[in-house]
Amino acid sequence: MMDRRLVENFDWPIIGVLLAIISIGLMSIYSALYQQIQANPTHNLFLRQVMWLALGFSVMFCSLLFDYQRLRRLSLWLYLFFLILLIAVLVIGKEVNGSKRWLDLGGLQFQPSEFMKIAIVIQLAAYFSSQDIQPYPSLRKLILPLIMICVPTVLILAEPDLGTAISLLSISGTLLFFIGIRWRYLLTGALVIIPLIYPIWEHVLKPYQKMRILILLRPDLDPLGAGYHIRQSKIAIGSGMFGGKGFLNGTQNKLHFLPEKHTDFIFSVWAEEWGFLGCVVLLVLLAALIALAFRAARRSKDRFGSLLVVGMASLILWQALINIGMVIGVLPVVGITLPFVSYGGSSLVSLCLAIGLIENVSMRRFVFQMR
Amino acid sequence: MSSKSEKLLKLENLKQFNWEVAESGAFQKHYLLLMALVLVVLFIYILRLWHLQVVQGPKYRYQSENNRIRLEDIPAPRGIIFDRNGIPLVENRPAYHLQLIREDVQDLSQTIQELARLTGRSAEEFQEIIEANRHLPKFVPIRLAADLDRDCLARIEAQRVRLPGVVIQLEPKREYRCNGTAAHLIGYLSEIAESELKSEAYQGYVMGEDVGKFGVESAFEKYLHGKRGGRQVEVDAIGRRRRVLDEVLPISGRNIWLTIDIDLQRAAEDCLQGRVGSIVAIDPNSGAVLALANNPVFDQEKFIRGLKKEEWQELSKDRTHPLLNRAIGAAYPPGSTFKPFVALAALKEGLISPETTINCPGYFPFGNRRYRCWRDHGHGAMELERALVQSCDVYFYQTGMRLGVDRISQYANYFGLGERTGIGLHGEHPGLMPTSAWKRQALGVPWQKGETLSVAIGQGFDLATPLQMTLGYSAIANGGNLWQPFVVKRIEGNGPTEVDDIKPKLKRRIPIDARYFQLVQKGLLGVVDEARGTAHGIKHKAVSIAGKTGTAQVVGLAEGANRKLLEKITKHKDRDHAWFVGYAPAEEPQVVVGAIIEHGGHGSSTAAPLVRKVILSYLGHEVEDTPQKK
Repeated sequence: MMDRRLVENFDWPIIGVLLAIISIGLMSIYSALYQQIQANPTHNLFLRQVMWLALGFSVMFCSLLFDYQRLRRLSLWLYLFFLILLIAVLVIGKEVNGSKRWLDLGGLQFQPSEFMKIAIVIQLAAYFSSQDIQPYPSLRKLILPLIMICVPTVLILAEPDLGTAISLLSISGTLLFFIGIRWRYLLTGALVIIPLIYPIWEHVLKPYQKMRILILLRPDLDPLGAGYHIRQSKIAIGSGMFGGKGFLNGTQNKLHFLPEKHTDFIFSVWAEEWGFLGCVVLLVLLAALIALAFRAARRSKDRFGSLLVVGMASLILWQALINIGMVIGVLPVVGITLPFVSYGGSSLVSLCLAIGLIENVSMRRFVFQMR
Repeated sequence: MSSKSEKLLKLENLKQFNWEVAESGAFQKHYLLLMALVLVVLFIYILRLWHLQVVQGPKYRYQSENNRIRLEDIPAPRGIIFDRNGIPLVENRPAYHLQLIREDVQDLSQTIQELARLTGRSAEEFQEIIEANRHLPKFVPIRLAADLDRDCLARIEAQRVRLPGVVIQLEPKREYRCNGTAAHLIGYLSEIAESELKSEAYQGYVMGEDVGKFGVESAFEKYLHGKRGGRQVEVDAIGRRRRVLDEVLPISGRNIWLTIDIDLQRAAEDCLQGRVGSIVAIDPNSGAVLALANNPVFDQEKFIRGLKKEEWQELSKDRTHPLLNRAIGAAYPPGSTFKPFVALAALKEGLISPETTINCPGYFPFGNRRYRCWRDHGHGAMELERALVQSCDVYFYQTGMRLGVDRISQYANYFGLGERTGIGLHGEHPGLMPTSAWKRQALGVPWQKGETLSVAIGQGFDLATPLQMTLGYSAIANGGNLWQPFVVKRIEGNGPTEVDDIKPKLKRRIPIDARYFQLVQKGLLGVVDEARGTAHGIKHKAVSIAGKTGTAQVVGLAEGANRKLLEKITKHKDRDHAWFVGYAPAEEPQVVVGAIIEHGGHGSSTAAPLVRKVILSYLGHEVEDTPQKK
């Protein structure tokens, strides 16, 4: 049975904010897939998302039941397990649109890279909280974590899945930032990498690879692909004006002008129908979720707990930041979904797991006194 | 902390606790920095959204309601196909397609009625097409009619203002300048299939696009196709383009120069008029295919127009198989044209010498039966050269017996028989040069010695395509170089300076001494030059032609039956296929020509004169004296 103390320390505001964001997500997906739902009320992606959500909440609940300290010992095994799955994806993965990201588990598609993000946070948090690691560790102590970050990043890039690789790097980067990187190292790293950029660009990359990177930075170079998507996305968002067109009234969305509308571009669907007001509400909710998670991290009295929560929070933070930045046209177009809002089973379940672990740390913040 | 819990506190936890508290100050700074970042980004994003939705909102609202940003396709013109001298064989012409964008249509049924009236087609037909494409987004154009004629186009253009949503699409369309000529080689296009669209090989193709399905059009698709472009346009409420926002220009397909000489090709096709068969001409010094003719042929333009169901059925049911590229895709028993290869094998193996004489009494006794020579009363005693000139079967029965089937097959392989030539076109037949191992595996029974006799004179299981035979003879003519045949000699680049010339590729150097080649070449010259030669009838006073006749049994002689006998039993002389493979000038060969006429009777009377015509046409001689019939 769960201790009463544990329930008292449960962070209810986080769950409240989360439920609000998930509701926005479901409404947007419903609207984006409205025609599909009308055509087939019993089998559609909206119902599937609801099912994933149920699975996500179960996973979240299960992740509360044990003391997160146990993850310390499990961390390496978890990490290696998902590393093997990432290799399996490259070998026997299901190919969709030229990239191998999914494992097919009897009809259920599962994306190991989403769970790798969680596994690497646990592993790095465990490593950095071991007793012989001081803040601002020496280079010798940084080599192992750097390898642990690079191996899955390369595997994910090979799928290829640039978006997930970028979020993996930004999450790991946040943890490195928290444990502290000496200025000397940052400067040396920059001095080594920056001179390499030009020769790699000129001699290693093939023209089509260069073009892909250029398109990321300047979508207008690809007027028939990314450039078109961004333009349509901007029309959708802008046409929402102050108050929005109203639920199910988005025309850009309904006419199929928006690409990837239920996944990467879900924010445009929300923005078109709920306008500036709706957007501000969603942005503030996401910021509040991050702030609440940080509060939980600060309250934790041990370093493993803090780093675990910071890592999970940064997972949500960077994806939201990059996704919205891309959709409103201030950041490059990379395939990153909006946490809790975009359609996607693996992503949703892994994010629920992240919230569950944040709550787990929060619940056990006074664990010393109890023992 | 109470004393009770102090007791429970493990030493390890205590240590950790103190250590954690000591550093918590450093962590606090990081939380503040990260939270500050979150707030700054939140502020920037809200400002951006304010700009998009409130400041520019009305503009975007207007665009979303009245104007639409669309993608328009700009098709890439396909590469032009020239003959070896730069004469265009296949070009492009503009075609106009009628398309409908449902999104812009005000009254669908009325528009359909009107279009039916203007085009003279039925409204139901249009309705069906729209119904079939119902699943597409409404702003995607649906093609109602392809390739409108000029009158029809003019009528629609005049009414376009009244017909919102009706769009005329301009697209380059294939035009076969000499429709039907070299049809099997050039090939044809047809609309890309749905299964192909999904495959990796056809990335970047769109629905309704034409793709090469046969011949060079198919084999060189990736060069000919080019890359389609497109433009982002802003259209008004009735779908008319208001301005171009962005454009990607198409990249034209690359032009291709064939190795074919179109005049020679025509000459070869004229020879085949009224017959079923194939003629191949190649350059023995490079393997370049100079002519590749088949009869019957098909109408390429029909495929471009879109083949009707009945037309397709008619083509595929036709028993003469007009779609079959016989030159590379049909394999026949080579008959006596096979003998030179057996001769070279036996010479190289030392089983016969140029002087070895074999007596031909008109038959060869083997086991308890007699294998007959084509000449009933026999050729008498003869050495190799005369045996080739007169095509003595008994000489080659004996030689073949000494070689055995496996060695015959081995040497035939040296000359490219029994394997695909690698010409680079689809649908090549590998032919067949049997071995004892092959028979055991394929048929499950051991090789019979009698079958070796049939194989030695190019019957039995032996199968070869006209191209293979021509290529094998070119290796005899040039003294042992087996080329890989090719049909494209140049692929032009996108710039005027960027040209890829295709270099001839030597497949193998045949390990047989030059003196043996010279002996066989002498025999082949004798076939035409000598009075008793089987093709003496095609002798030309100025051009020395060398070659070999062949008459191929259609019914298999696997049991070792005599072909004369079979002819008598069936009494259908026209069941035999007539072969002739020859080259000229014999001293310094410039062209090798192989011909087969299905059910043509004897090689000497049917096929040889055709080869002569093609050779003379290539060497620029008038066919002034008609060859006397033998």
